[in-house]
Amino acid sequence: MVRIAIVDYGVGNLKSIRNGLRKVGAEAFVTGSVEGLKDVDAVVLPGVGAFGEAIRNLADMSGVLRSLVDAGRPLLGICLGLQLLFTASTEGGFHRGLGFFRGLIVKLPSRVKIPHIGWNTLEILNPGCVLLEDIPDGSYVYFVHSYYAKVEEGVNVDAETVYGVRFPSVVSKEPVFATQFHPERSGKVGLRVLENFVNYVRR
Amino acid sequence: MLAKRIIPCLDVKKGRVVKGVGFKGLRDAGDPVELALAYYEQGADELVFLDITASYERRRTLIDLVERVSEVLFIPFTVGGGIRTVSDIRSVLSAGADKVSINTAAVKNPAIIEEASRRFGSQCIVVSIDVKRVYVAEDETPAGKEVLETRRGRCWWDVYIYGGRQPVGMDALRWAERAVELGAGELLVSSLDFDGTKQGYDIELLRELSRRVSVPIIASSGAGNPRHILEALTVGGADAALAASIFHYGQYTVEEVKRYLAEHGVPVRL
Repeated sequence: MVRIAIVDYGVGNLKSIRNGLRKVGAEAFVTGSVEGLKDVDAVVLPGVGAFGEAIRNLADMSGVLRSLVDAGRPLLGICLGLQLLFTASTEGGFHRGLGFFRGLIVKLPSRVKIPHIGWNTLEILNPGCVLLEDIPDGSYVYFVHSYYAKVEEGVNVDAETVYGVRFPSVVSKEPVFATQFHPERSGKVGLRVLENFVNYVRR
Repeated sequence: MLAKRIIPCLDVKKGRVVKGVGFKGLRDAGDPVELALAYYEQGADELVFLDITASYERRRTLIDLVERVSEVLFIPFTVGGGIRTVSDIRSVLSAGADKVSINTAAVKNPAIIEEASRRFGSQCIVVSIDVKRVYVAEDETPAGKEVLETRRGRCWWDVYIYGGRQPVGMDALRWAERAVELGAGELLVSSLDFDGTKQGYDIELLRELSRRVSVPIIASSGAGNPRHILEALTVGGADAALAASIFHYGQYTVEEVKRYLAEHGVPVRL
């Protein structure tokens, strides 16, 4: 069974992602320490809270995350977890991110209701993306966010979603993957995304 | 495109689902986890659990329920009813709920909205507002109240707390705006005039609210058929519709309602 660590960086609901990963056959556990990341097959950066506080709480772990990825261990960022993987964010000031992807996290345009809450569609640009295997184009997935990633050239955008602006809803650079939506809250489609990730970890 | 959401609501008492008419005369309607799964299979977009237990041991029962639901349900769910403090909010969220809805506690201490949304994020703080129309005479405009012309006459909307039992004498439209300023991520609006009547939602209230606030509005109370839900989501401008009775007693499935909405041009997840 693959062992997946869910990084606890402060607040919110980590049970649903843990339960989702267990449902698709992984051994998932929550950890808030560097020691907890020892001997894991993959890491999930979940999506709750505000960028500034999250990145502060992650400070001790950022080096370990980088070496795990360098060693080929898959990493999945979800929602805020996706945003933390970028260069920097403008949420509540200016905060430097983990820098796995090049781009800036900015607020959704004010012409739409913020936060973007609810089910929206995936426009799949790269059907070959590991996470998107057997996910039909136009599938609905669940979003809850106020900021999005403005990616720089060279970042692989595997799927996009439109809400006031066209933004990346899946990005990847193997072995790092990230979704702006919550697969653990996206019903059967979301569970399939998690299963695809677990299968990739198991490969 | 962002879909409009259909949200079955499960009133829970001592760990069992009940549904009353006008918040009174409760009838037992099943096991919450089983019902939750049934709605998930039918295509519900979210679920709301409203705990109406008033007993001393309620907190533990509720947390158990949230944990059990979280293990099997892979769509978002909100928990409300009797949530009073930031620590209540934290325990419900960490048991696996995605959002909490607060009503009486928010009216009595609006700062809780600010504190909770700062700590946990606006997206998980739903402010629930129970309202009732107060009709006024042609020449009357009470101070501090937003009076509107409706099909049934001139009125303003009063806020009620304690499960619809106690009027506050506070304008609901202004309260909604304040709640959003303080950090509410969504508003769940229930009309006591319409609750349990199956006559349709208070469309005039919903339309005015969606004109005024920038966060998603969940319409509640009054759905008797799919047409009422369609009206709330189109004319009323609501982003989601919450309903209980029409689903609980098997009158319509969530999927039937969604198909009806899709036929009428409303984007839904099917």
